[in-house]
Amino acid sequence: MAVQSGEKLPMFIWSNPRNRWTLLVLRLLAFLAAAAATLVMVLNKQTKTFVVATIGTTPLKLTLTAKFNHTPAFVFFVMANGLVSIHNLVMIMVDLLRSKLDYKGFRFPMVAILDMLNVALLSGGANAAVFMAELGKNGNSHARWDKICDKFGTYCDRGAGALIASFLALAFMLLVSFISILKLANSSSHISHNNN
Amino acid sequence: MAETKRIITIFLRLLALGATVSATVAMVTSHDSAEVLNIKFMAKYNTAPSFKFYVIPEAIASGYGLVALFLSRKSWVDGLIVIMDVLIAMLLTSSISAALAVGEIGKKGNGHAGWLPICDQVPKFCDRVTGSLIAGFAAAIVYLVLNLYSLHVVLAPLFPV
Repeated sequence: MAVQSGEKLPMFIWSNPRNRWTLLVLRLLAFLAAAAATLVMVLNKQTKTFVVATIGTTPLKLTLTAKFNHTPAFVFFVMANGLVSIHNLVMIMVDLLRSKLDYKGFRFPMVAILDMLNVALLSGGANAAVFMAELGKNGNSHARWDKICDKFGTYCDRGAGALIASFLALAFMLLVSFISILKLANSSSHISHNNN
Repeated sequence: MAETKRIITIFLRLLALGATVSATVAMVTSHDSAEVLNIKFMAKYNTAPSFKFYVIPEAIASGYGLVALFLSRKSWVDGLIVIMDVLIAMLLTSSISAALAVGEIGKKGNGHAGWLPICDQVPKFCDRVTGSLIAGFAAAIVYLVLNLYSLHVVLAPLFPV
């Protein structure tokens, strides 16, 4: 059932310098998108004053705030995107300094595994936040949960922007992970050819 | 060597199959009804879009797990199975995180938005959904282990690790 070791995987022209820049550009885009998502969500705040009742002639006012840390799913979203942007930053630096930071080719599996884990983390954060946002936008009549987007429109719009940026980061990270795994495959077949 | 690898992969796939099937079945058969102020309201899995979305990847993963146990072992089929494993693992992590987010709101509510927890009114629904989410989480972890093992089998024999 498992793939045989040493089988031929498609040769990706990895010694071509243009492909090195492809990976760097993709990582940069993923970093920018994830950092934008984090920042927009962290700074997402809206305060609104509601008139709840009127006693005589003076209206009773209630001030409500919508912040990201009221919802655990958005807190997880912020943490996931923050971690992914830090990961991409570190990986860009590792890629630029690659000859000094290698130990018997150990770099390739580490980068591939870390990329896979970060893709899973980012996908988890983005999906949790998107369903919480759907709940805030549409409410749930069966559970008697009112929607909040009609009252806090700016909060909802900015949250939507952060979610779009996060999904773009996810798309870029998927490509990055794919290329890292191809690089790992090619490096291992390169080593086996050198040993033979 | 090849025998051990086959046995371990088959064991992991069986585990994942059991977890995904139980997650799907538990979520689909969860329902409870409560009467609040003479208004009867039913809690089913399809009242929440998140749970509807959760059932679909679990069902796909169950079907795929069943098929992957019985596929033959040509080299291109093996490569395809590895790629599909990665895709299914991604689907499972996204579905479980979405369902957990909404389930957490159902259990604890959200004071700032004025959303009350519903687990006190519909305990049977809540318990079964909890069981389904635990099984789904276990399935996601088993698929992750399966992916790492496939990666190790294909690419690691040349590394000192």
